[in-house]
Amino acid sequence: MDMSVECVASASALQHQQSVSGVVVAKGNIVGVPCCALLYCKFEIMKWNGWGYSDSKFLFNKKGQAEFTGKRYRLSGMIIPGLKDWMEGTFGANLQHKTPATVSPLLTSSAVQPATLNKAFLEELKSTGIPFSHDAEDRVFRAHGHCLHEIFALREGKFGRVPDMVVWPNCHNDVVKIVELACKHNVCVIPYGGGTSVSSALECPPEETRSIVSLDTSQMNRILWIDEKNLTAHVEAGIVGQDLERLLNESGYCTGHEPDSMEFSSLGGWVATRASGMKKNIYGNIEDLVIHIRMVTPRGVIEKSCQGPRMSTGPDIHHFIMGSEGTLGVVTEVTMKIRPMPEYQKYGSVVFPNFEQGVACLREVAKQRCAPASIRLMDNEQFKFGHALKPQVSSIFTSFLDGLKTFYITKFKGFDPNRLCVATLLFEGDREKVLQHEKQVYDIAAKFGGLAAGEDNGQRGYMLTFVIAYLRDLGMDYYVIGESFETSVPWDRVLDICRNVKARIIQECKDKGVQFPPLSTCRVTQTYDTGACVYFYFAFNYRGLSDPVHVYEQVEHAAREEILANGGSLSHHHGVGKLRKEWMRDTVSNVGVGMLKSVKDYVDPDNIFGNRNLL
Amino acid sequence: LAQLAVQLHRDPMLKKRDDFEDMLEERRNSSDLRYALRCYTPVLYKGLAPCKASMLKSMVLQSDQLHHVIGQVSRETGRAADDVQEEASAILEEMAHCLQLSTVRFFAFTLSKVFKTLFRSICVNEEGIQRLQQAIQEHPVVLLPSHRSYMDFLLMSYILYTYDIALPVIAAGMDFMGMKFVGEMLRMSGAFFIRRSFGGDKLYWSVFSEYVKTMLKNGFAPVEFFLEGTRSRTSKSLTPKLGLLNIVMDPYLKGEVYDINVVPVSISYERILEEALYAREMLGVPKPKESTSGLFKARKVLSEDYGSIHVYFGQPVSVRSLAQGRVNRCQFNLVPRHIPRRPSEEIQSFVNDSAYRLVRAQEENMVLKPWVLLASLLLQNHHQDQTAGQKRGMVLEELTAQAVWLRDMFREYGAFLHWPGMNTVLKVVSSSLSLHRGLVRVCGQVKPGEPHSTVTPEEELLSQAVIVLSCASYRNQGLHVFLRPALLASAINAASSNLKQEVFNSFSFLRNMFSNEFILCPGATVQDFEEACYLLVKTGALQVTQQELLVTERGQRTVAFLTSMLDPFLQGYQVVCRFLCEEATENLTEKQFVPAVRKFIIKHLLAGRLRYTEVLSSDLQKNSLAALLRLGAVQKIKSRSESFNTALLRLGAVQKIKA
Repeated sequence: MDMSVECVASASALQHQQSVSGVVVAKGNIVGVPCCALLYCKFEIMKWNGWGYSDSKFLFNKKGQAEFTGKRYRLSGMIIPGLKDWMEGTFGANLQHKTPATVSPLLTSSAVQPATLNKAFLEELKSTGIPFSHDAEDRVFRAHGHCLHEIFALREGKFGRVPDMVVWPNCHNDVVKIVELACKHNVCVIPYGGGTSVSSALECPPEETRSIVSLDTSQMNRILWIDEKNLTAHVEAGIVGQDLERLLNESGYCTGHEPDSMEFSSLGGWVATRASGMKKNIYGNIEDLVIHIRMVTPRGVIEKSCQGPRMSTGPDIHHFIMGSEGTLGVVTEVTMKIRPMPEYQKYGSVVFPNFEQGVACLREVAKQRCAPASIRLMDNEQFKFGHALKPQVSSIFTSFLDGLKTFYITKFKGFDPNRLCVATLLFEGDREKVLQHEKQVYDIAAKFGGLAAGEDNGQRGYMLTFVIAYLRDLGMDYYVIGESFETSVPWDRVLDICRNVKARIIQECKDKGVQFPPLSTCRVTQTYDTGACVYFYFAFNYRGLSDPVHVYEQVEHAAREEILANGGSLSHHHGVGKLRKEWMRDTVSNVGVGMLKSVKDYVDPDNIFGNRNLL
Repeated sequence: LAQLAVQLHRDPMLKKRDDFEDMLEERRNSSDLRYALRCYTPVLYKGLAPCKASMLKSMVLQSDQLHHVIGQVSRETGRAADDVQEEASAILEEMAHCLQLSTVRFFAFTLSKVFKTLFRSICVNEEGIQRLQQAIQEHPVVLLPSHRSYMDFLLMSYILYTYDIALPVIAAGMDFMGMKFVGEMLRMSGAFFIRRSFGGDKLYWSVFSEYVKTMLKNGFAPVEFFLEGTRSRTSKSLTPKLGLLNIVMDPYLKGEVYDINVVPVSISYERILEEALYAREMLGVPKPKESTSGLFKARKVLSEDYGSIHVYFGQPVSVRSLAQGRVNRCQFNLVPRHIPRRPSEEIQSFVNDSAYRLVRAQEENMVLKPWVLLASLLLQNHHQDQTAGQKRGMVLEELTAQAVWLRDMFREYGAFLHWPGMNTVLKVVSSSLSLHRGLVRVCGQVKPGEPHSTVTPEEELLSQAVIVLSCASYRNQGLHVFLRPALLASAINAASSNLKQEVFNSFSFLRNMFSNEFILCPGATVQDFEEACYLLVKTGALQVTQQELLVTERGQRTVAFLTSMLDPFLQGYQVVCRFLCEEATENLTEKQFVPAVRKFIIKHLLAGRLRYTEVLSSDLQKNSLAALLRLGAVQKIKSRSESFNTALLRLGAVQKIKA
């Protein structure tokens, strides 16, 4: 089966029926009005206490079958027959034991702390005409990312310190004005992009006594120009990933930057966290894609004077900005590399007899520098999980074929179903080269006992990336909590780190009194010349625990210690935020921390950008 | 609550130990042949298939570590890499085991016969076996048995075979290889051979460590070795050797395995096969070189009764939990793990502490037989006689009465005492005495010993010393129970006042001095002092006030007993000091030391100036020299003119040890 070009046009595995950014329509009417009605849009479309779109979620229907609602995704509207058994089998979960979110989705402002407003700042802000709000819903919505503890608290109706107001600058100059006023009146500013942080980066420091302003960049979402001679695009930093790709696609281009969160995360957020995209093998990570950055800091605007593709002008100032996690200023505009849209795209998958062989194959692929746009290796547990998410097959013929495949792999080829694992592949480029490339990769795979397992499996693997976050909400309805975290590690450590971290999670759960065996699984999601990025997923059934979130946090903490003890990095692309900052000193040395501190002290002496991430 | 937990942990009466099963019983009731040929299907580490010896060898030879070292050696010496590779391969050939089930079955058959003749019973804690079985499935396992006899490792494999547990590969000293046939037999039953010393030989070290690690990491078989390095001739645990422990902990520290389970095993013999051999060896009759013919001569031992053996498989210790909070494993992040490096100080001290903990775990689970008590009492009595210049022995009733007192004391101090409950005390005592009739005799009436006219006084002294040293080795089995309280008792005796600080200082001095002699964890002085105080106070022998330590009225007997336990050691150290002060010349070499000091001691013993024949033990003499070296009282100087291994001992200011 060949992939049609239309499918490529929408961002890879996503099938979006409509644009999300309702706010685009709204702008223009709200200048100077402290109004929020129109800005509700965002959470009319999106859940306020869970992942993603309000209309898309997993649920168990009256027949007890799992179903994914909505129309946005490939899986939408489908029955997933295997999910119930998998959940019951893996977690010991039971459909009878429900834990729905305790407060109704309609927020009551009484539950939220009253806003601490800085009167003088407010007055001057009003005179600029930049829209703002101190409505409870607006504030709560921007007080969190998507860490488990954040979502769990929301579901229980617990709100800690939340921003005191939200402002919506419309352009770079608006941001300059806001930051000037914030400095003048000593107000704390926390930039807010897509809100998909998983490092507690958006949490308001509880000790902050100043008024906290959440600076929402969502209105700065335009592509300002496209330069086809140099293949660059100048974009406002508030633009969300899928909009950026869609708009560029209209002109026949793409950035190729596709982090798993691309439906919701923003360009400014990518820059601030050093994001990584699925197809980095072709397009590069954010640091490879960025040509020019404009950032507003309390000291003024920082930017380079030209767009030379590489410069030898001392340490690259972009590297102070990338990964600064909102502690230095707000990224307002970015010039990015763009590429013509690929002519052809093809998914693929390979089954390996075991994880060791799979890793050896990925290593060889990296060595030969022939990695496809994306190559990912799931371990056995994740393979089974992916299997459980197979939608109901429509014809007897397909199910017969499936049975035949299973028979071939397990009986004929002798693969142990409890050990085998799957790599998913995505090739991109012109048709000829893709096919050639495909052959090269499958040949290498064969040397490691890998069997080609079809495009369908591959495509489903990538689709899972986008729906897996929805699945956590379903788990939370049935006493199951979980999270993913990532690291990067040299090749010789990959197997060791996977084994040890998974084992550590299982042991810690047992030690902390978790009554059911946890799900502890991993996958290798990126390959580099010298190492790989590894993703861990971990979830458990918390029935019988009085403080599940605390247990969860202890286990995650232990898992991170294990990662570091096994030569893994603190983070590959999620960032440090507040969740991981205790390990920063060990990670970058005392002098390193000192260097970063002195930059912060110069750029923002009054800690206006006071989210306290990183250091 | 935490404090309570600590208290509970420290209270020796509350130690929980498993029950024993006699595994010989079934052997006596069913066919040995069928037993040797039965189906043997041990559980393995996470269902791994056992690996052929040849495959193991090729894994070692292809390892990154060995490749690296071969390259290094070839660069340093200018030899061709192939040449070095060949040498490595030869080393491995000499070293590697080739476990064969048929040989194991042969041993299972013959050992059944032998054991049934030699021993009344072989008792094993089956719960420990179950724990071991569990541990083997979870993580790679290292078995650490105590080492008192050549029997130990055959016995271990025999037990594991019996209980259907994966057979271990065992690190054995090269000296066994001298016995051609036996050496190969042992190899086929799972032994691998290492040279006793290979200090600077990088290649040898690399092959050896990679071999052990490969076996361990892949969980093909439990690795077994003796932490004490060699058989203890005195029944005291020996200061642990760290080389192999370092190697087996390395895969965990480098993250190559999730965890490693270390299982201390305590093997206690009611009567040690090598009893007299050891004593003679320590008195200067060199040990016969292991040879096959020597082994056959040992056949005469088959006709004797060696009582029972107790084997206790301790709680598996997770290396991960030992290292928790002690070792920062990130230290391996910046250098490729296959490049051998000297362990950091942090790791050295961790391995050292762990080794001590493990040896103490062995000690704690050593089963003590009634004879240990009797030997202690008889020796003390002998010493009293010695001072009085008589040779009376002890009246049986008195011995029995004292044994009851001592038994209760052992129990109070948490000893793992095996005292047959259903028999009367007198019966227990008599049966113990008769088992050891080579050492003690019950005579009808008290009669003065008749001096043999045919022997010289020196010969008589030495033959008596053989008996005394043998008895002392049985007494030593129980030493660890009382060691800390005994150090405290001696410290109270030696201190100039009862002030706590004074006593502590004197305790700390004694402890420091004796740390080559006994298992005393480095750096745990305060802990040991507190433990000693706690035990003596708990048993009512001591009162501790804010300032002072006072021995109670009823504690006098206890304290006297405890002090007299350490007395022979104190005298031994004193006499070594005296020798060094009075007789040692400028160029006393290390080799000459033992014979010279022995001569000196014999002279003094014959003159009646010394009380304890025990001080003739070369073990004691070597330990005291090592202690004096460590304390800086004596210095070792490499001589230029002499041959390389000759060292000069120069006497520094020998510290006088208080009486």
